[in-house]
Amino acid sequence: MLNAKIPAGPLDSKWKNYKATCKLVNPANKRKLEVIVVGTGLAGASAAASLGELGYKVKAFCFQDSPRRAHSIAAQGGINAAKNYQNDGDSTYRLFYDTIKGGDYRAREGNVYRLAEVSASIIDQCVAQGVPFAREYGGLLSNRSFGGTQVQRTFYAAGQTGQQLLIGAYQALERQVALGNVKMYNRHEMLEVVVIDGKARGIICRNLVTGELERHFGHAVLLCSGGYGNVFYLSTNAMGSNVTAAWKAHKKGAYFGNPCFTQIHPTCIPVSGDHQSKLTLMSESLRNDGRIWVPKKQGDNRKSIEIPEEERDYYLERRYPAFGNLVPRDVASRAAKERCDAGYGVGTSKQAVFLDFADAIKRYGHIEAGKQGLDHASDEEMIKMGKEVVKEKYGNLFDMYEKITGENPYEMPMRIYPAVHYTMGGLWVDYELMTNIPGLYALGEANFSDHGANRLGASALMQGLADGYFVIPYSIGNYLADEIRTTNIPTSHPAFEAAEKEVRDRIEKLMSIKGNQTVESLHKRLGKIMWDKCGMARNAEGLKQAITEIQQLKKEFWSDVKIPGEINEMNPELDKANRVADFIELGELMCLDALQREESCGGHFREESQTEEGEALRHDDRFMYVSAWELKGDSNWELHKEVLDYEVVKPSQRSYK
Amino acid sequence: MEHKIINVKLKVWRQKNGNASGGFEMYDANDISTEMSFLEMFDVLNERLIKEGKDPIAFDHDCREGICGMCSMFINGRPHGPWQGTTTCQLHMRAFNDGDTVVVEPWRANAFPVLKDLMVDRSAFDRIIQAGGYISVNTGNAVDGNALPIEKDKADLAFANAACIGCGACVAACKNSSAMLFLSAKVSHLSLLPQGAPERKTRAINMIAQMDKEGFGACTNTGACEAVCPKEISITNIARLNQEYLLAGLTS
Repeated sequence: MLNAKIPAGPLDSKWKNYKATCKLVNPANKRKLEVIVVGTGLAGASAAASLGELGYKVKAFCFQDSPRRAHSIAAQGGINAAKNYQNDGDSTYRLFYDTIKGGDYRAREGNVYRLAEVSASIIDQCVAQGVPFAREYGGLLSNRSFGGTQVQRTFYAAGQTGQQLLIGAYQALERQVALGNVKMYNRHEMLEVVVIDGKARGIICRNLVTGELERHFGHAVLLCSGGYGNVFYLSTNAMGSNVTAAWKAHKKGAYFGNPCFTQIHPTCIPVSGDHQSKLTLMSESLRNDGRIWVPKKQGDNRKSIEIPEEERDYYLERRYPAFGNLVPRDVASRAAKERCDAGYGVGTSKQAVFLDFADAIKRYGHIEAGKQGLDHASDEEMIKMGKEVVKEKYGNLFDMYEKITGENPYEMPMRIYPAVHYTMGGLWVDYELMTNIPGLYALGEANFSDHGANRLGASALMQGLADGYFVIPYSIGNYLADEIRTTNIPTSHPAFEAAEKEVRDRIEKLMSIKGNQTVESLHKRLGKIMWDKCGMARNAEGLKQAITEIQQLKKEFWSDVKIPGEINEMNPELDKANRVADFIELGELMCLDALQREESCGGHFREESQTEEGEALRHDDRFMYVSAWELKGDSNWELHKEVLDYEVVKPSQRSYK
Repeated sequence: MEHKIINVKLKVWRQKNGNASGGFEMYDANDISTEMSFLEMFDVLNERLIKEGKDPIAFDHDCREGICGMCSMFINGRPHGPWQGTTTCQLHMRAFNDGDTVVVEPWRANAFPVLKDLMVDRSAFDRIIQAGGYISVNTGNAVDGNALPIEKDKADLAFANAACIGCGACVAACKNSSAMLFLSAKVSHLSLLPQGAPERKTRAINMIAQMDKEGFGACTNTGACEAVCPKEISITNIARLNQEYLLAGLTS
């Protein structure tokens, strides 16, 4: 039976009580305890820095050439915090409630409340580090709104919030490196967890420059390796983002939670052709000012600006008058798909909708004219001023759009379409962020814990930093306090020996296949199966087909993949093959999970389970649980259920109408 | 968007590893859509090389959104290629014409040794940050985020400098391989904010000492760094850095 170890007591005192009663490690003992951190995004960098500050001996690993490159850097819009600086009714409870509701009642109350509780400290910490958040003229912090909420609680730094937060955490990390508390390993990829007597005790990793395998011991191992959206081949993730670290843990016995919960982000630049290597997000913050529409007529081939106002269908405003363009991501994505499937899509591919700033430009121009006392400003002058305002708010996003598409979004609406963006699923962890393997933790996007079936915008940065700065420094002590008598296990231990051999054998096997198909082409095929059958809408028949197809693809991969180069040298194709092999296995589990969950909730939409109006229909009587999958053998998993117990919030069918 | 199909010739630097000597090789990249990014064109070429049993060209890349700072190609004599304020990954093939020959090299600087083909080791930048590119505040020490108002102008300027992605284009463009633009962006970001004030002196002195130790050259104000910076970091930061450095030297 899965035990999430949620502390007893009322919701708002669980975390306080936990902190007051958890075990502590004295400073002299901390110096003797080693902690391994895999991944240096927001969760990993903040955890490594904070644990280094506490005095633990930390080793941090990333596959990029510097910890500052981790994909958290690409987050654009912002970070939520229940500060209520705007005096608009925000509170810890509201942020908690919005997150639970946004996650379609598939997240744990205890975890989410803690997240909301520590959110305010994150902002304070980042400001102290010198993160240059946007400010008002009075010098105080500025906020904006984001989808799924009715308050302004999102802190931001233009469209580069993730970058600024990551640089803050990276600098804190480098400070600890300079102080000798953290040792950093760049261009290293973790390829195995070492488990000794049931506890995580280290990792095997590959030095990506020399190809050598290395053994590293740790009293605890933290996986902060991000999400697995690249299982779809095309996603907004970085090219290197992968599931390998988490998957190795899964293969060593760690349960995988809610693997099918994937977030498809509504506003991305549409696919332009077969050559496409990745998709680019246009921040959700654009929906604050942009209006989404399609032509009212099917197959309308006119240019956007030639379509008169009365022939435009602002379908989100029509369907969801209360939240309009700011409905949560899953709702907005499905609505776009619905319009395109019904033949109202735009652009050459017809797989796109418009995101239009013309009204916002006019509105801001009008406000500017008022501010400057220009009572008789012409329309042209007002539009010019309006464009300036829009440029200040979203300039970098507009530039990026123009570079990619060659179209000027100040003059014509953007074309957008949903794309895979974030994975709510991940390694199953308890309240302390520990997986079911003692000493093995998962933080940030790599775990499943806080977002239920759908994540609200600006909450990923919040969770990554909450886990790293404010949760793990407490919860890891509760485990390590009992480990102070464990002396460092030499890496000549048979378990290290065996783990390294497993990795070596697998790499040698991959290199010995010498088949005809490139890693890239196989990955593309996996992506297409996943997108078509386990994407925005899923049904039983499609999922069953997908499982068969993926099993077939797995056979092909292991008999016909072609990897150039050698083992003992820098070999990016080999790195990629290692990752794609894991994605293939994960893809099968995602389809299995989606098939088993015969309900629609959040980002998981089962066509068999919808209301008459086409909205997602949950089945709380049958599926009010977290699915935690245990690997039993090749293509063989056992389901464990963690029943979700709502003590405070009363689950209801979500409505944003 | 209208697009064309073009053919280009690539003259690419190949080098097996840091110890081997390298040289240029010619490749044909045919049937390239102008909608492709520059790196997608490399993907297409690499797929072909793998199928032909040849070694694909190694290059650094990750986010492909112009923000992670990992991509680093020296294209036709210019870091990140011909477009202003653009990283290699955001450069699209619209920038080139049918029949063009495009020369692609790695960043060249003693402090950035080549690892393979177009990949270099930029860990020197991490070590410069370790020398003082931070504010010494442990987790949990912070006061309320609004306890200390910061003038919007200053906050905006700090942000503009914090936008540096640490790609190293400034070093690659500089005839002296100086890292002054990178370093000055960080020093400016932190010294413009009140939180960064207590460590101003040691920060400027220690970071510059580390830069010298890594083998980066001195600044002679040619402005090449500013011209190629994908984030358009201003060279006036170097003046601010010199001022910080001088002041620190005089008063400590």
